[in-house]
Amino acid sequence: MNRRTLLTSAALALALATTAFAQDEEITAGFIYIGPPGDGGWTYEHDQARQKMEAHFDGKVKTIYQENVPESADAERAITQMALTGADIIFTTSFGYMDPTIAVAQKFPDVKFEHATGYKRADNVSTYSARFYEGRAVQGHIAGKMTKTNKIGYIASVPIPEVIRGINSAYIHAKKVNPDVEFSVIWLYTWFDPAKEADAARALIENGADVVLQHTDSTAPQAAAQEAGNVITFGQASDMAEYAPMPRVSSIIDDWAPYYIARVQAVLDGTWESTDTWDGIGAGMVGIGEITDAVPADVKAEALALKEALASGEYHAFTGPLKKQDGSDWLAEGEVADDGTLAGMDFYVEGLTAEIPN
Amino acid sequence: MLRLEKRPQPSQLWMVLSPIIAVFLTMIVGGIMFAILGKPPFEAIKVIFWDPLFNDQFAAYSRPQLLVKAGPLILIAIGLSIGFKAGIWNIGAEGQYIMGAICGAGAGLAFYPSESFLIFPAMVLAGGLGGWAWAMVPAVLKTRFGTNEILVSLMLTYVAQSILISVSSGLLRNPEGMGFPGSRNFKQWDAAFNAELIANTGLHWGVVTALIAVIGAYLLMSRHIMGFNIRLTGEAPRAARFSGVKPARVVFFCLGIAGLLAGAAGLFEVTGPAGQLTGSFNAGYGFTAIIVAFLGRLHPVGILLAGLLMALTYIGGELAQLMLGLPGAAIQLFQGMMLFFLLAADVFTNFRLRFGKKGVA
Repeated sequence: MNRRTLLTSAALALALATTAFAQDEEITAGFIYIGPPGDGGWTYEHDQARQKMEAHFDGKVKTIYQENVPESADAERAITQMALTGADIIFTTSFGYMDPTIAVAQKFPDVKFEHATGYKRADNVSTYSARFYEGRAVQGHIAGKMTKTNKIGYIASVPIPEVIRGINSAYIHAKKVNPDVEFSVIWLYTWFDPAKEADAARALIENGADVVLQHTDSTAPQAAAQEAGNVITFGQASDMAEYAPMPRVSSIIDDWAPYYIARVQAVLDGTWESTDTWDGIGAGMVGIGEITDAVPADVKAEALALKEALASGEYHAFTGPLKKQDGSDWLAEGEVADDGTLAGMDFYVEGLTAEIPN
Repeated sequence: MLRLEKRPQPSQLWMVLSPIIAVFLTMIVGGIMFAILGKPPFEAIKVIFWDPLFNDQFAAYSRPQLLVKAGPLILIAIGLSIGFKAGIWNIGAEGQYIMGAICGAGAGLAFYPSESFLIFPAMVLAGGLGGWAWAMVPAVLKTRFGTNEILVSLMLTYVAQSILISVSSGLLRNPEGMGFPGSRNFKQWDAAFNAELIANTGLHWGVVTALIAVIGAYLLMSRHIMGFNIRLTGEAPRAARFSGVKPARVVFFCLGIAGLLAGAAGLFEVTGPAGQLTGSFNAGYGFTAIIVAFLGRLHPVGILLAGLLMALTYIGGELAQLMLGLPGAAIQLFQGMMLFFLLAADVFTNFRLRFGKKGVA
């Protein structure tokens, strides 16, 4: 034990002397990442949150992580090894880790598991995700107002409900302020591949898109837009502020730190239970990055008003009247979508021209 | 002056020695790299090479995992090595691996939820045939139109990848999966599950098949006339033709067997360790197997050892990330170093180092 930890423990012991049942032994929290923490997007934010959580507990919690874990048989081994090395709680931060997480959780009933963006739970497996679609609504609004060519490009990752929700939400709100707007969606079937992301962005720009939205994790589309000039983008998962004020005019930021702190605290307190968390702008899990001066002041004001309305719950991003792509009715005037439908969303709303790949 | 002199014959000693030297050099240079990164070098090397096998805490788990990871690599590499011996460069094992998995999984899912004991053998057969058929495309194109099998087989990998994405989110998607891509989980369907044959050994049908393939390839190459013809075609194509070896037959045989084994490996993986056909189950085994084949000197026993060594560095590398916080890129660099040193040491198999000027007679 070096001097620093000795001091911390001493301080802790003092602080805990007054609380009778506090636990002061260290616990380990593990993280499985789909990309490298340096991706500047999805994994970056999870890693930032990991560091914030570790700092918050000030020596009480040790964190470990493994990066670049493919969504293949390797995932199950990575999670198992993490459990074997003594992790008390493991966060698996990509959709494709769902079945491996459940399989490992069965073998380690005493370890707590937290799977991001999935839908399978167990006594020791919770799921958590963010209502990114609320951020997409703000994005769609700005995009619809800003586009001059009326063509908006969308780099989509894997056709799961989360991604489809984002496309729908962005489209609905772009269309609302600009009836002529058209969306072209490119599916990459990967969450992180800078080369493919850059290619997709260039292809969309060449086809006339002057707004590029992305649901992939790297900053490559931002770089491609910067190269092309006069194209705007939004930071995805992370602020991507190094591309502000142009092309990046705003961003959707995932803030996992409060959740990670709360869940690890629950393990420390012995109050951890399997839950399903789905928080949005209101709870602070989804943040809207600074809207730069490249956006006209009135558009910015409207976007911020929309953000406030979403945060307070006064407005829902999926509010009727809305029809499905095939023209059938979905939501009546004033009706809002229920979480069940949103969680399994496998259809586009009316007006989107492409088909969801299947 | 230092210079290289060609040996009259490849040195047997160096052939065996160079992989061992390569591993040692990797440990030394890798250790220096770890030290520069601020991690304890000896401990890192120990975590990578020793802990997966002998650590009290988790070796019981990671030792069987070596077989799980090495199984498909060995199976694919054996098939590839036969072709490489004949100078037939099948770079598309990844595609054959994927197509095997798709065909096998598809054949099984067509009968869901039957519990017949025939399901799994039928899937293996369909998987092997799927990989075989995919490898026949470059074979036919090469023999009929003289196309280059390197390009054709490689390009077909990307086609296979696209088909995989399409069927995993369409045709073979789990109807109970709430609209998410990915097939049914074979682990939850006993008739199709490629389970461990003996609990906690990692030994599944794919590993058994890989071991059989090692023995089979050894017999083929050393005892059978086809093996002789293959070697002859690779070493002296003209001589082979004069002695009556039909080049087209060798092409069909080599690509066929590589496709068959890669396809079977894909099926074993998807019904076993991966459990589910998804757009990303393949994880590049078909490409890594090329490295394994060369690391094993294209010899069946060498490939067996090379596959295990490769698996060890993967699993040890993962543990080093977990326990020492080594970055993933450093592990990849470490693996790359091993290949680099192997190629470097290989020079001495065919050349020897001489001091002084070129001999003046």
